[in-house]
Amino acid sequence: MSDIHANSVAFVRTEEVPTAPPPSNAAGPAKWIKDNLFATPLNGLLTLVALYFIYAILSSALPWILGGIWNAPSLSACRDILDGASAACFAVLTERWNQLLFGFQYPDDQYWRPGLAFILLFIAAAPVLFFDLPRKLLAFTALYPFIAYYLLWGGTIFVPILALVGVAGGFMVYQRLVAGSFAAGFFGGIAAAFAIWYIGGLLIPDNASENAALSAVPSRYMGGFMLNMMLGVTCVSLSVPIGIALALGRQSSMPLIKWICVIFIEFIRGVPLITLLFVANVMLAYFFPPGSGVDLFLRVVIMITMFSAAYIAEVIRGGLAALPKGQYEAADSLGLDYAQAMRLIILPQALKISIPGIVNVAVGLFKDTTLVSVISMFDMIGMIRGPILASTEWNGVYWELFGFAALLFFVVCYGISQYSQWLERRLATDHR
Amino acid sequence: MKKSVILGALTIAGLSAGAAAAGTLDDVKARGKLNCGVTTGLVGFAAPDANGEWKGFDVAVCRAVAAAVLNDPNAVEFVPTTGKTRFTALASGEIDMLARNTTWTFSRDVDLKFTFTGVNYYDGQGFMVPKALGVSSAKDLDGATVCIQTGTTTELNLADFFRANNISYEPVPIETNAEGQQQYLAGACDTYTTDASGLASTRATFENPGDHVLLPEIISKEPLGPLVRHGDDEWGDVVRWTLNALVTAEELGVTSTNINEMAASTENPEVARLLGTEGTLGEMLGLDADWAKRAIAAGGNYGEVFAKNIGEETPIGLARGLNAQWTNGGLIYSPPFR
Repeated sequence: MSDIHANSVAFVRTEEVPTAPPPSNAAGPAKWIKDNLFATPLNGLLTLVALYFIYAILSSALPWILGGIWNAPSLSACRDILDGASAACFAVLTERWNQLLFGFQYPDDQYWRPGLAFILLFIAAAPVLFFDLPRKLLAFTALYPFIAYYLLWGGTIFVPILALVGVAGGFMVYQRLVAGSFAAGFFGGIAAAFAIWYIGGLLIPDNASENAALSAVPSRYMGGFMLNMMLGVTCVSLSVPIGIALALGRQSSMPLIKWICVIFIEFIRGVPLITLLFVANVMLAYFFPPGSGVDLFLRVVIMITMFSAAYIAEVIRGGLAALPKGQYEAADSLGLDYAQAMRLIILPQALKISIPGIVNVAVGLFKDTTLVSVISMFDMIGMIRGPILASTEWNGVYWELFGFAALLFFVVCYGISQYSQWLERRLATDHR
Repeated sequence: MKKSVILGALTIAGLSAGAAAAGTLDDVKARGKLNCGVTTGLVGFAAPDANGEWKGFDVAVCRAVAAAVLNDPNAVEFVPTTGKTRFTALASGEIDMLARNTTWTFSRDVDLKFTFTGVNYYDGQGFMVPKALGVSSAKDLDGATVCIQTGTTTELNLADFFRANNISYEPVPIETNAEGQQQYLAGACDTYTTDASGLASTRATFENPGDHVLLPEIISKEPLGPLVRHGDDEWGDVVRWTLNALVTAEELGVTSTNINEMAASTENPEVARLLGTEGTLGEMLGLDADWAKRAIAAGGNYGEVFAKNIGEETPIGLARGLNAQWTNGGLIYSPPFR
């Protein structure tokens, strides 16, 4: 071929021309800016307007934040230091730091206990959240609720041990009976656990808490962000299994179970959470003799769990409905019974579809825990609105406190959201 | 143990409900703690300090009762209540008494079945205006914009006042005191109206409190006081006369500093009866002779409590005004100890 050209044209390039850099307006930051910010006149105008707004916000917010006062005993002292200048008074955060995190009544020499429980929470949650980790770590996860209870509430160690023995006993009965039928195992296990708790409860002496290694801290002393975390973690982890059970119950072919689940879900979803909280705080007190009422924390946990379980049930029902009928028929044709079919085929797929919805409910639930401030529990918002803003030193500080609360909640909720996106990518087995 | 209490409570709830009928005074003594309902936080009246200790004008009443009954001003379990939960907490027996700047009204006393045991603060609705506005009387506020909390009695009082004086106003509805504070400072309204004590404490938090004035008119009556449940008059008497003891102590010049001296060497028979060196007043009340002495020693007499928490020396800076002793032209007046 080259011979032909050698005769017909004067010059043939034999080596490749070295690639020249692209023109400066077609590469690098200049091109990016042109393509993305100033593609059309309208785009350019919008960019300029947006830049102006960003500048306007930052130029007033940044000096306010950077010039903040971190050390002052009161708002008036802070203003004296500022001497007319406009800047944040973050001293309220440093002075009331422990109150914001732990409430104002948790004994201050015991702060290491919730701190330790918080760190252990990550170790306990890790094998559940990241299933590549060794499965043996789940043993610690199973123990964690009892350890955390003991750390937070203290008192006699017999209470968490008894609770653990009850759960273990119930599980053993379940294992024994489940071979016969799932229902017998399930209800037999629950009955065994309650029997152990009741008998064990009679055995523990009434004054066992008095000289305990960790001093007992009553529930009403819990507060601050710790209370939000406690409510959020407990209610989310309880409401997911209950929500699954409700979703399956709603699809059941047994009319009694189906209607119980339908009525429960529809009733709870039709009532505002704040109403349920008022019922927990105010109405239930009428049903118990004075002084022996069920712990307020427990009442609130029950109400919030019921509320979010109803929502999660509907989310999971959406996941179940999205599965093709063939999946159910395939499970049947393999000869699996109901429990096996659900556990091995239906639920893994349905739950995967439901992840964004479940996370959505979980994030909403975590933020809803701040509602307990209206029934005079001192969660983070309750601490800010009540004791801190009502103290003579700090009355009048708003932006700093609520900004800090927003920041803490944002960190947690953003973390949950990022985890769920990772989980979706990790579980993506189809080829889209 | 805790779990069994919970489970047990479910089953025996009905059985033991009758046991609560015993007198509150005996319950408190047996428990060794007074359950006292307070606000979740109101500047000067009740709020925990940086160490988590409750302080304030209403808190002092709780501590005085605890000192009188239990001989320990710290034997109080403070139960924070909101405006919405306070009455059910008292009616259900969760708290023994409520000291939460609650206005004594007919319907609360009669219809809600509570007994107000006295008045520890006479409040009333007032107006705050910027000094620059140059207004010296609420009657000059014709055509003004007024920041007002919606759904409160203050809203109704405001309408009544302006109609009675035949002047007009434009309401700027707000939800909470914090919002009102911000709106007023931002200039959204010419004047802000709520209880005078609230106005004073709000103004105390401003950067330049001197730029704002409270107008002299008080347009409503808000007598605030502690209350107990209907039907337990012995307990109501304890709370009522503890408050009266603080008031009488101020009238007779008994303070927390000179109380021991007065008890030992007083010539005045009423002081002697009050402090239990003469007569059997404590016994009549179901307490010992020193009850009032302890109540006064706990936080001082009425005047000391006032000065320490909300008086002119504090950032809140309330003048005695209506809350001066009757001998000084105020309304604070205790029936005699006799």
